[in-house]
Amino acid sequence: MIKRFLSLEWKSFFRSASFGKSLGIKIFMGFLSLYLIAMFLILGIGLFPALQEFFPESDPLLIVNSFLFYWILGDLVIRFFFQKLPVMSVMPLLVLPIKRSKIVNYVLGKSVFSFFNALPLFAIIPFGVTLIVKDYPVSQVIGWMAALIVVVLIINFLNFIVESFSAEKELSFLPILVLAGGLYGLNHFNVVSFSEIIGNGFNAIYNQSVFIVVPILILLACYVLNFKLLKQKLFLDSGLKTKIKEVNTSNLDWTKNFGDIAPFLQLDLKLIWRNKRTKSTVWMVVFGLLYGLVFYVNPQFISMTPSYIFVGVFSTGIFLMNFGQFVPAWDSSYYGLLMTQNLKYEQYLKSKFTLMALSVLILFVLGIPYVYFGWKVLFAHFAAAIYNMGVNTHVILLGGSFNRKKINLNEKAVFNYQGTGAVQWLIGIPILLLPMGIFAVVYFLTGFEIACLVLIILGIVGIVFHQKIMKLITKKYTDSKYKMIDAFNQDN
Amino acid sequence: MISTSNLSKKYNGNQVLSIDALDIPKGQSFGLVGNNGAGKTTYFSLLLDLIQPTTGYIKINDVQVDKSEDWKPFTAAFIDETFLIGYLTPEEYFYFIGELRGQNKADVDALVAQFQDFFHGEILGQKKYLRDLSKGNQKKAGIVAALIGNPEVIILDEPFANLDPTTQIRLKTIIKELAEKQGVTVLVSSHDLLHVTDVCERIVVLEKGEIVKDLETNAATLKELEAHFSGSEVL
Repeated sequence: MIKRFLSLEWKSFFRSASFGKSLGIKIFMGFLSLYLIAMFLILGIGLFPALQEFFPESDPLLIVNSFLFYWILGDLVIRFFFQKLPVMSVMPLLVLPIKRSKIVNYVLGKSVFSFFNALPLFAIIPFGVTLIVKDYPVSQVIGWMAALIVVVLIINFLNFIVESFSAEKELSFLPILVLAGGLYGLNHFNVVSFSEIIGNGFNAIYNQSVFIVVPILILLACYVLNFKLLKQKLFLDSGLKTKIKEVNTSNLDWTKNFGDIAPFLQLDLKLIWRNKRTKSTVWMVVFGLLYGLVFYVNPQFISMTPSYIFVGVFSTGIFLMNFGQFVPAWDSSYYGLLMTQNLKYEQYLKSKFTLMALSVLILFVLGIPYVYFGWKVLFAHFAAAIYNMGVNTHVILLGGSFNRKKINLNEKAVFNYQGTGAVQWLIGIPILLLPMGIFAVVYFLTGFEIACLVLIILGIVGIVFHQKIMKLITKKYTDSKYKMIDAFNQDN
Repeated sequence: MISTSNLSKKYNGNQVLSIDALDIPKGQSFGLVGNNGAGKTTYFSLLLDLIQPTTGYIKINDVQVDKSEDWKPFTAAFIDETFLIGYLTPEEYFYFIGELRGQNKADVDALVAQFQDFFHGEILGQKKYLRDLSKGNQKKAGIVAALIGNPEVIILDEPFANLDPTTQIRLKTIIKELAEKQGVTVLVSSHDLLHVTDVCERIVVLEKGEIVKDLETNAATLKELEAHFSGSEVL
């Protein structure tokens, strides 16, 4: 049976319309994974000597144990944003003679073989081997390593539990932040010292391997809970069915001020507000807006001027990035309709452009309080905002013309995580790194003001040539019209 | 009104459609029948420029559909539920389509009001998004949306499927009236021979992408079609 499931996944990967694109991304991800593996290896090999060097009077193993709490917390948060439950379209399987429990076990079992679980091994094993070489008792070290691997699996399943609870909420990332932040806070202010508890726990396991049953029991509990949660959702009338709510319609007459793009603007606003997937891009805005605080409260960062541009582009452009990268895929489920209607492609794209440009403006205005950290910060944000409006909006629209991946807004399936995960952040590279690079080069050659001016000028050039650039982008879209219609008609 | 010449469509060397010539005059109600895979939807997709022809072309009102977009203002279609915008209410959807077709809200309201009994009280004022309606009700909304803005050509793919008997009968009346009274060219495809013969003045049978029959509908047409599809045709 497992073999069947695997062959289904294999086929859905190789036969999907976006195969070429996802292959390219997979290759990129391959390099990224190699890099991460190398980093973890270095950590695993270098950790013991490094700790001995800096803390000659304490046992490196005890230091590691006392920091395990932070690793668990960090891993949990990172996984929440990047690791998703292995997707399998389960609907067609429900009516076939396959036990529900088998489907659930398969989905959960597959998640064990995730890269996120393999990665820590590259640090754990070399570190363990170093311990053994340094004459730590072999059996005790092996028990300790086994306990760590069990903890990795606990994190794996704990993440899915958190995700399944937060998937239904609008602020999907809030529970994990509250949970992680709460635990961190309790620990930090010594209310409950989790780092000590976990540290002592691992010391105990190291001294008495029998104690490994405790993490194993926790792991089993997590698995069973996951199993129950998933199995509940495998019924048509619970998880797989969408709840019907009464809708409030609002007339968006103010959009009429934007002239001929008004119908599209209204449509886009409804699109954003009425679908879970798009709504989360709005909540991301809050996150992006406050993101600067993480940097600017840190005196070390405030002295690193080029980072202002990074924060500026990020915080004024967070909506642009999250929304823009899925143009036109947001409209993929009714793309055929749009293509047969009496509409101009240019108006359609211009509506998206207007929305993104407006968001940049609003986010800049909302970010003005950052002036508290110095006028330079505000000026850099201003430059970044102009650059976002004039350059990044066009870049991201152009990128969209290569988009062949359908997004199913109707979200009938429980495991619908289309377009989320690590890939989502790739677009940030040209959007974020390019202005940063330009700024850094000019900054080190001349100075802060000139560097900001260069970005502003680039942005203004983009705005001045807006019509021309839009013509070009429109042509790109028109050229790939048939390919897009075809790809958007496919389900995977 | 619609002229097709030398049209063919191949997928990886497999011919799925090949029509040398097909002319549909203005105001005709035209039916396309054929088994699964006969090329009905392919023809409609070519007509709407959703896919590219391998050879040949289709012209609507002398506008070649894959060269110019000028056919769009007077052509409307409902192919399947991908023509619906799931997160709009039916009313909003009608207004959106109306706006694209140069109709204001009052125009749309007036048109939609004519279809009260077709909707059977299950579409308007329900405070539901289109995605939450049943398949049949979605179809009703899609079909009526295709009538907004006085199009001269209306294309409906399988309009009778998924509808309840009452609605099927009402839909037949609507289609007949469009062609007879308002001079609209209506293209309909169907698997249901009875419905097509009821509604259409002319019926074309497609088989493996080619036209095998082109009939003026009369009293004997249904029998002839049934004989054709049951394979017991008397020559």
